[in-house]
Amino acid sequence: MSEDDFEIWSLAVTFVTLSFLAVGGVNALVPEIQRQVVDVHGWMSANRFTDFFAMSQAAPGPNLTVISIIGWVVAGLPGVLTTNVAFIAPTSILTYFLSRTWEKFRKARWRMAIQYGLLPVTIGLVAASSYVLSTNSGDGLLPVLITGTVAATVYWTRIHPLILMAAGASLGIAGFV
Amino acid sequence: MFLRDVVMVQPAEVAEAPDSDVPSLTKLFVNFFFVSIIGFGGVMPWAYRMVVEQHRWMTSEEFAEVMAFSQFLPGGNIINFAVVLGQRFHGALGSIVCVVGLLIAPSTIVIVLSTIYLHFGQVAAVHDALGGVAAAAAGLILAVAAKMAKPLFTRKGVLPLCCAAVVFICIGLFRLPLYFVVAAVAPVSIAIAWRQIR
Repeated sequence: MSEDDFEIWSLAVTFVTLSFLAVGGVNALVPEIQRQVVDVHGWMSANRFTDFFAMSQAAPGPNLTVISIIGWVVAGLPGVLTTNVAFIAPTSILTYFLSRTWEKFRKARWRMAIQYGLLPVTIGLVAASSYVLSTNSGDGLLPVLITGTVAATVYWTRIHPLILMAAGASLGIAGFV
Repeated sequence: MFLRDVVMVQPAEVAEAPDSDVPSLTKLFVNFFFVSIIGFGGVMPWAYRMVVEQHRWMTSEEFAEVMAFSQFLPGGNIINFAVVLGQRFHGALGSIVCVVGLLIAPSTIVIVLSTIYLHFGQVAAVHDALGGVAAAAAGLILAVAAKMAKPLFTRKGVLPLCCAAVVFICIGLFRLPLYFVVAAVAPVSIAIAWRQIR
Protein backbone atom coordinates (compact mmCIF):
# COMPACT_ATOMS: atom_id res chain seq x y z
CA MET A 1 0.00 0.00 0.00
CA SER A 2 1.47 3.35 -1.03
CA GLU A 3 1.59 6.31 1.32
CA ASP A 4 -1.26 8.03 -0.55
CA ASP A 5 -3.48 4.98 -0.23
CA PHE A 6 -2.70 4.87 3.44
CA GLU A 7 -3.72 8.52 3.92
CA ILE A 8 -6.97 7.94 2.02
CA TRP A 9 -7.81 4.97 4.25
CA SER A 10 -6.97 6.92 7.39
CA LEU A 11 -9.24 9.72 6.21
CA ALA A 12 -12.05 7.28 5.43
CA VAL A 13 -11.87 5.48 8.78
CA THR A 14 -11.53 8.72 10.74
CA PHE A 15 -14.52 10.39 9.10
CA VAL A 16 -16.84 7.38 9.14
CA THR A 17 -16.23 7.19 12.90
CA LEU A 18 -16.73 10.92 13.32
CA SER A 19 -20.00 10.89 11.38
CA PHE A 20 -21.68 8.55 13.85
CA LEU A 21 -20.51 10.71 16.75
CA ALA A 22 -21.94 13.86 15.21
CA VAL A 23 -25.05 14.16 17.36
CA GLY A 24 -25.66 17.89 16.96
CA GLY A 25 -23.79 18.11 13.66
CA VAL A 26 -20.31 19.46 13.03
CA ASN A 27 -20.82 22.11 15.72
CA ALA A 28 -20.65 19.35 18.33
CA LEU A 29 -17.52 17.83 16.84
CA VAL A 30 -14.86 20.55 16.83
CA PRO A 31 -12.80 19.13 19.73
CA GLU A 32 -12.91 15.57 18.38
CA ILE A 33 -12.08 16.54 14.77
CA GLN A 34 -9.19 18.58 16.09
CA ARG A 35 -7.99 15.68 18.28
CA GLN A 36 -8.06 13.32 15.30
CA VAL A 37 -6.64 15.68 12.68
CA VAL A 38 -4.00 17.38 14.85
CA ASP A 39 -3.03 14.99 17.68
CA VAL A 40 -3.76 11.50 16.33
CA HIS A 41 -2.82 11.86 12.65
CA GLY A 42 -0.70 15.02 12.63
CA TRP A 43 -2.23 16.24 9.38
CA MET A 44 -1.97 19.91 10.41
CA SER A 45 -1.26 22.17 13.38
CA ALA A 46 -3.98 23.28 15.78
CA ASN A 47 -3.54 26.85 14.52
CA ARG A 48 -4.15 25.85 10.96
CA PHE A 49 -7.16 23.73 11.88
CA THR A 50 -8.71 26.73 13.64
CA ASP A 51 -8.05 28.90 10.59
CA PHE A 52 -9.69 26.34 8.30
CA PHE A 53 -12.69 26.00 10.57
CA ALA A 54 -13.09 29.79 10.63
CA MET A 55 -12.88 29.79 6.82
CA SER A 56 -15.64 27.21 6.47
CA GLN A 57 -17.83 29.19 8.88
CA ALA A 58 -17.35 32.45 7.01
CA ALA A 59 -17.99 30.88 3.59
CA PRO A 60 -21.56 30.18 2.44
CA GLY A 61 -23.14 26.76 2.83
CA PRO A 62 -23.37 24.16 5.58
CA ASN A 63 -20.57 24.45 8.15
CA LEU A 64 -19.46 20.86 7.58
CA THR A 65 -17.48 22.06 4.53
CA VAL A 66 -14.46 22.07 6.86
CA ILE A 67 -14.24 18.33 6.08
CA SER A 68 -13.72 19.18 2.39
CA ILE A 69 -10.79 21.41 3.34
CA ILE A 70 -9.22 18.66 5.47
CA GLY A 71 -9.59 16.13 2.63
CA TRP A 72 -8.11 18.62 0.14
CA VAL A 73 -5.11 19.49 2.29
CA VAL A 74 -4.31 15.87 3.14
CA ALA A 75 -4.87 14.13 -0.21
CA GLY A 76 -6.18 16.50 -2.91
CA LEU A 77 -9.38 15.77 -4.82
CA PRO A 78 -9.51 12.06 -3.87
CA GLY A 79 -9.22 13.25 -0.27
CA VAL A 80 -12.20 15.60 -0.69
CA LEU A 81 -14.34 12.81 -2.13
CA THR A 82 -13.23 10.45 0.63
CA THR A 83 -13.98 12.76 3.57
CA ASN A 84 -17.35 13.77 2.13
CA VAL A 85 -18.54 10.26 1.31
CA ALA A 86 -17.16 8.86 4.58
CA PHE A 87 -18.76 11.58 6.67
CA ILE A 88 -22.08 11.90 4.86
CA ALA A 89 -23.03 8.52 3.37
CA PRO A 90 -23.34 6.38 6.55
CA THR A 91 -25.53 8.80 8.48
CA SER A 92 -27.56 9.70 5.38
CA ILE A 93 -28.34 6.02 4.83
CA LEU A 94 -29.33 5.76 8.49
CA THR A 95 -31.61 8.79 8.10
CA TYR A 96 -33.09 7.36 4.91
CA PHE A 97 -34.12 4.10 6.51
CA LEU A 98 -35.17 5.49 9.89
CA SER A 99 -37.31 8.41 8.76
CA ARG A 100 -40.50 6.36 8.24
CA THR A 101 -40.04 4.31 11.43
CA TRP A 102 -39.34 7.39 13.53
CA GLU A 103 -42.53 8.99 12.21
CA LYS A 104 -44.54 5.92 13.17
CA PHE A 105 -43.38 5.86 16.81
CA ARG A 106 -43.99 9.55 17.44
CA LYS A 107 -45.80 8.95 20.73
CA ALA A 108 -43.71 6.01 21.96
CA ARG A 109 -42.06 6.42 25.36
CA TRP A 110 -38.69 5.01 24.22
CA ARG A 111 -38.56 7.46 21.36
CA MET A 112 -39.21 10.43 23.61
CA ALA A 113 -36.66 9.15 26.15
CA ILE A 114 -33.96 8.91 23.46
CA GLN A 115 -34.85 12.30 22.04
CA TYR A 116 -34.89 14.11 25.41
CA GLY A 117 -31.99 12.08 26.79
CA LEU A 118 -29.63 12.99 23.95
CA LEU A 119 -30.40 16.70 24.26
CA PRO A 120 -28.13 17.36 27.30
CA VAL A 121 -25.32 15.37 25.65
CA THR A 122 -25.63 17.47 22.50
CA ILE A 123 -25.70 20.70 24.50
CA GLY A 124 -22.53 19.69 26.37
CA LEU A 125 -20.78 18.82 23.10
CA VAL A 126 -21.77 22.03 21.35
CA ALA A 127 -20.69 24.14 24.34
CA ALA A 128 -17.35 22.31 24.43
CA SER A 129 -16.85 23.03 20.72
CA SER A 130 -17.38 26.71 21.37
CA TYR A 131 -14.87 26.64 24.23
CA VAL A 132 -12.17 24.81 22.26
CA LEU A 133 -12.60 27.01 19.19
CA SER A 134 -12.50 30.20 21.24
CA THR A 135 -9.39 29.26 23.24
CA ASN A 136 -7.65 28.15 20.01
CA SER A 137 -8.38 31.36 18.17
CA GLY A 138 -5.89 33.55 20.04
CA ASP A 139 -4.14 34.28 23.32
CA GLY A 140 -5.36 36.22 26.29
CA LEU A 141 -8.81 37.33 27.27
CA LEU A 142 -9.96 39.01 24.07
CA PRO A 143 -11.07 35.91 22.11
CA VAL A 144 -13.20 34.91 25.09
CA LEU A 145 -14.71 38.41 25.20
CA ILE A 146 -15.49 38.32 21.47
CA THR A 147 -17.07 34.87 21.83
CA GLY A 148 -19.18 35.97 24.81
CA THR A 149 -20.29 39.19 23.14
CA VAL A 150 -21.24 37.46 19.89
CA ALA A 151 -23.10 34.72 21.78
CA ALA A 152 -25.11 37.27 23.78
CA THR A 153 -25.84 39.33 20.65
CA VAL A 154 -27.06 36.33 18.68
CA TYR A 155 -29.09 35.06 21.61
CA TRP A 156 -30.94 38.31 22.30
CA THR A 157 -31.03 40.13 18.95
CA ARG A 158 -31.60 39.26 15.30
CA ILE A 159 -28.38 40.70 13.85
CA HIS A 160 -27.10 38.75 10.86
CA PRO A 161 -24.27 36.37 11.86
CA LEU A 162 -22.12 37.51 8.95
CA ILE A 163 -21.93 41.06 10.35
CA LEU A 164 -20.60 39.66 13.64
CA MET A 165 -18.00 37.54 11.83
CA ALA A 166 -16.88 40.60 9.87
CA ALA A 167 -16.54 42.46 13.17
CA GLY A 168 -14.48 39.58 14.55
CA ALA A 169 -12.24 39.66 11.47
CA SER A 170 -11.70 43.42 11.86
CA LEU A 171 -10.72 43.03 15.51
CA GLY A 172 -8.36 40.24 14.48
CA ILE A 173 -6.66 42.34 11.79
CA ALA A 174 -6.44 45.29 14.18
CA GLY A 175 -4.24 42.97 16.24
CA PHE A 176 -6.47 42.42 19.23
CA VAL A 177 -6.75 38.64 18.99
CA MET B 1 -73.69 27.87 2.92
CA PHE B 2 -72.82 27.29 -0.68
CA LEU B 3 -72.10 30.96 -1.20
CA ARG B 4 -69.84 31.09 1.84
CA ASP B 5 -67.92 28.07 0.59
CA VAL B 6 -67.32 29.75 -2.71
CA VAL B 7 -66.49 33.20 -1.42
CA MET B 8 -64.52 32.49 1.73
CA VAL B 9 -63.28 28.97 2.07
CA GLN B 10 -62.12 28.34 -1.44
CA PRO B 11 -59.59 31.15 -1.80
CA ALA B 12 -58.10 30.22 1.57
CA GLU B 13 -57.82 26.62 0.50
CA VAL B 14 -56.17 27.52 -2.73
CA ALA B 15 -53.64 29.66 -0.90
CA GLU B 16 -52.89 26.95 1.66
CA ALA B 17 -52.78 24.02 -0.74
CA PRO B 18 -49.33 22.49 -1.00
CA ASP B 19 -47.58 22.38 -4.34
CA SER B 20 -49.09 19.13 -5.54
CA ASP B 21 -46.79 18.84 -8.54
CA VAL B 22 -43.84 16.61 -7.73
CA PRO B 23 -40.71 18.69 -8.38
CA SER B 24 -38.30 17.23 -10.92
CA LEU B 25 -34.81 16.12 -9.90
CA THR B 26 -33.39 19.08 -11.79
CA LYS B 27 -35.65 21.45 -9.89
CA LEU B 28 -34.59 19.97 -6.55
CA PHE B 29 -30.91 20.17 -7.50
CA VAL B 30 -31.11 23.76 -8.69
CA ASN B 31 -32.99 24.88 -5.58
CA PHE B 32 -30.61 23.25 -3.11
CA PHE B 33 -27.67 24.58 -5.13
CA PHE B 34 -28.91 28.18 -4.83
CA VAL B 35 -29.82 27.87 -1.17
CA SER B 36 -26.31 26.60 -0.39
CA ILE B 37 -24.71 29.61 -2.10
CA ILE B 38 -26.79 32.26 -0.37
CA GLY B 39 -26.72 30.44 2.98
CA PHE B 40 -24.16 32.54 4.83
CA GLY B 41 -24.07 31.72 8.52
CA GLY B 42 -26.31 28.68 8.19
CA VAL B 43 -28.50 27.25 5.47
CA MET B 44 -31.49 26.48 7.67
CA PRO B 45 -33.47 29.77 7.42
CA TRP B 46 -33.03 29.79 3.65
CA ALA B 47 -34.12 26.17 3.39
CA TYR B 48 -37.26 27.09 5.30
CA ARG B 49 -37.99 29.91 2.86
CA MET B 50 -37.47 27.64 -0.13
CA VAL B 51 -39.31 24.54 1.10
CA VAL B 52 -42.22 26.05 3.03
CA GLU B 53 -42.81 29.53 1.64
CA GLN B 54 -41.69 29.44 -1.98
CA HIS B 55 -42.54 25.94 -3.17
CA ARG B 56 -44.79 24.58 -0.40
CA TRP B 57 -43.10 21.20 -0.53
CA MET B 58 -43.84 20.93 3.19
CA THR B 59 -46.03 22.73 5.69
CA SER B 60 -44.39 24.68 8.50
CA GLU B 61 -45.25 21.89 10.98
CA GLU B 62 -43.83 19.18 8.73
CA PHE B 63 -40.67 21.22 8.36
CA ALA B 64 -40.24 21.54 12.14
CA GLU B 65 -40.89 17.83 12.63
CA VAL B 66 -38.41 16.73 9.97
CA MET B 67 -35.85 19.22 11.25
CA ALA B 68 -36.11 17.89 14.81
CA PHE B 69 -35.57 14.38 13.47
CA SER B 70 -32.59 15.52 11.38
CA GLN B 71 -31.07 17.22 14.39
CA PHE B 72 -31.49 14.21 16.61
CA LEU B 73 -29.79 11.76 14.24
CA PRO B 74 -26.01 11.87 13.83
CA GLY B 75 -24.62 13.80 10.86
CA GLY B 76 -25.14 17.31 9.58
CA ASN B 77 -28.76 18.26 10.21
CA ILE B 78 -29.27 20.13 6.94
CA ILE B 79 -27.83 17.10 5.13
CA ASN B 80 -30.25 14.77 6.89
CA PHE B 81 -33.05 17.18 6.06
CA ALA B 82 -32.11 17.08 2.37
CA VAL B 83 -32.11 13.27 2.53
CA VAL B 84 -35.68 13.17 3.88
CA LEU B 85 -36.99 15.78 1.44
CA GLY B 86 -35.43 14.10 -1.58
CA GLN B 87 -36.73 10.74 -0.42
CA ARG B 88 -40.31 12.01 -0.29
CA PHE B 89 -40.37 12.94 -3.96
CA HIS B 90 -37.90 10.61 -5.70
CA GLY B 91 -36.65 7.98 -3.24
CA ALA B 92 -32.93 7.34 -2.93
CA LEU B 93 -32.08 9.20 -6.14
CA GLY B 94 -33.91 12.27 -4.83
CA SER B 95 -31.89 12.14 -1.60
CA ILE B 96 -28.60 11.94 -3.47
CA VAL B 97 -29.52 14.79 -5.82
CA CYS B 98 -30.52 17.09 -2.93
CA VAL B 99 -27.37 16.35 -0.89
CA VAL B 100 -25.02 16.79 -3.86
CA GLY B 101 -26.83 20.01 -4.82
CA LEU B 102 -26.31 21.28 -1.29
CA LEU B 103 -22.61 20.45 -1.07
CA ILE B 104 -21.03 20.94 -4.46
CA ALA B 105 -20.84 24.74 -4.56
CA PRO B 106 -19.79 25.40 -0.92
CA SER B 107 -17.15 22.64 -1.09
CA THR B 108 -15.68 24.14 -4.23
CA ILE B 109 -15.64 27.59 -2.65
CA VAL B 110 -13.82 26.50 0.53
CA ILE B 111 -11.32 24.45 -1.47
CA VAL B 112 -10.44 27.53 -3.51
CA LEU B 113 -10.21 29.63 -0.32
CA SER B 114 -8.00 27.11 1.45
CA THR B 115 -5.69 26.89 -1.58
CA ILE B 116 -5.30 30.66 -1.57
CA TYR B 117 -4.70 30.49 2.17
CA LEU B 118 -1.95 27.88 1.77
CA HIS B 119 -0.18 30.28 -0.59
CA PHE B 120 -0.66 33.41 1.49
CA GLY B 121 -1.13 31.90 4.96
CA GLN B 122 2.20 33.32 6.07
CA VAL B 123 0.72 36.78 5.71
CA ALA B 124 0.06 37.62 9.35
CA ALA B 125 -3.08 39.64 8.60
CA VAL B 126 -4.83 36.57 7.11
CA HIS B 127 -4.15 34.51 10.20
CA ASP B 128 -5.18 37.37 12.49
CA ALA B 129 -8.44 37.91 10.62
CA LEU B 130 -9.27 34.21 10.76
CA GLY B 131 -8.50 34.21 14.50
CA GLY B 132 -11.11 36.92 14.95
CA VAL B 133 -13.60 35.03 12.77
CA ALA B 134 -13.00 31.84 14.78
CA ALA B 135 -13.67 33.66 18.06
CA ALA B 136 -16.91 35.07 16.60
CA ALA B 137 -17.90 31.67 15.18
CA ALA B 138 -17.37 30.19 18.64
CA GLY B 139 -19.90 32.77 19.87
CA LEU B 140 -22.45 31.67 17.27
CA ILE B 141 -21.99 28.08 18.39
CA LEU B 142 -22.34 29.02 22.05
CA ALA B 143 -25.62 30.79 21.26
CA VAL B 144 -26.88 27.59 19.63
CA ALA B 145 -26.01 25.66 22.80
CA ALA B 146 -27.80 28.27 24.92
CA LYS B 147 -30.94 28.13 22.78
CA MET B 148 -30.99 24.34 22.94
CA ALA B 149 -30.50 24.47 26.72
CA LYS B 150 -33.57 26.67 27.31
CA PRO B 151 -36.01 23.78 27.93
CA LEU B 152 -33.58 22.28 30.47
CA PHE B 153 -33.87 25.34 32.69
CA THR B 154 -37.65 25.50 32.67
CA ARG B 155 -38.38 21.92 33.75
CA LYS B 156 -36.87 18.49 34.37
CA GLY B 157 -34.76 19.45 37.40
CA VAL B 158 -31.02 19.59 37.68
CA LEU B 159 -29.93 16.12 36.49
CA PRO B 160 -30.01 16.78 32.70
CA LEU B 161 -27.99 19.94 33.31
CA CYS B 162 -25.43 17.86 35.21
CA CYS B 163 -25.16 15.50 32.23
CA ALA B 164 -24.52 18.47 29.92
CA ALA B 165 -21.90 19.83 32.35
CA VAL B 166 -20.08 16.48 32.60
CA VAL B 167 -19.89 16.25 28.80
CA PHE B 168 -18.63 19.83 28.56
CA ILE B 169 -15.91 19.29 31.18
CA CYS B 170 -14.71 15.92 29.80
CA ILE B 171 -14.55 17.11 26.17
CA GLY B 172 -13.83 20.84 26.49
CA LEU B 173 -11.44 20.92 29.45
CA PHE B 174 -9.91 17.42 29.55
CA ARG B 175 -10.10 16.74 25.78
CA LEU B 176 -11.13 13.14 26.32
CA PRO B 177 -12.11 11.06 23.26
CA LEU B 178 -15.71 11.76 22.30
CA TYR B 179 -16.88 8.16 22.01
CA PHE B 180 -15.90 7.27 25.59
CA VAL B 181 -17.70 10.28 26.95
CA VAL B 182 -20.84 9.81 24.86
CA ALA B 183 -20.92 6.06 25.58
CA ALA B 184 -20.74 6.78 29.31
CA VAL B 185 -23.11 9.75 29.60
CA ALA B 186 -25.76 9.09 26.92
CA PRO B 187 -27.25 5.94 28.58
CA VAL B 188 -27.44 7.72 31.94
CA SER B 189 -29.07 10.74 30.36
CA ILE B 190 -31.58 8.61 28.44
CA ALA B 191 -32.42 6.68 31.62
CA ILE B 192 -33.08 9.97 33.43
CA ALA B 193 -35.34 11.12 30.58
CA TRP B 194 -37.14 7.74 30.61
CA ARG B 195 -38.00 8.16 34.29
CA GLN B 196 -39.18 11.72 33.80
CA ILE B 197 -41.59 10.90 30.99
CA ARG B 198 -45.03 10.08 32.23
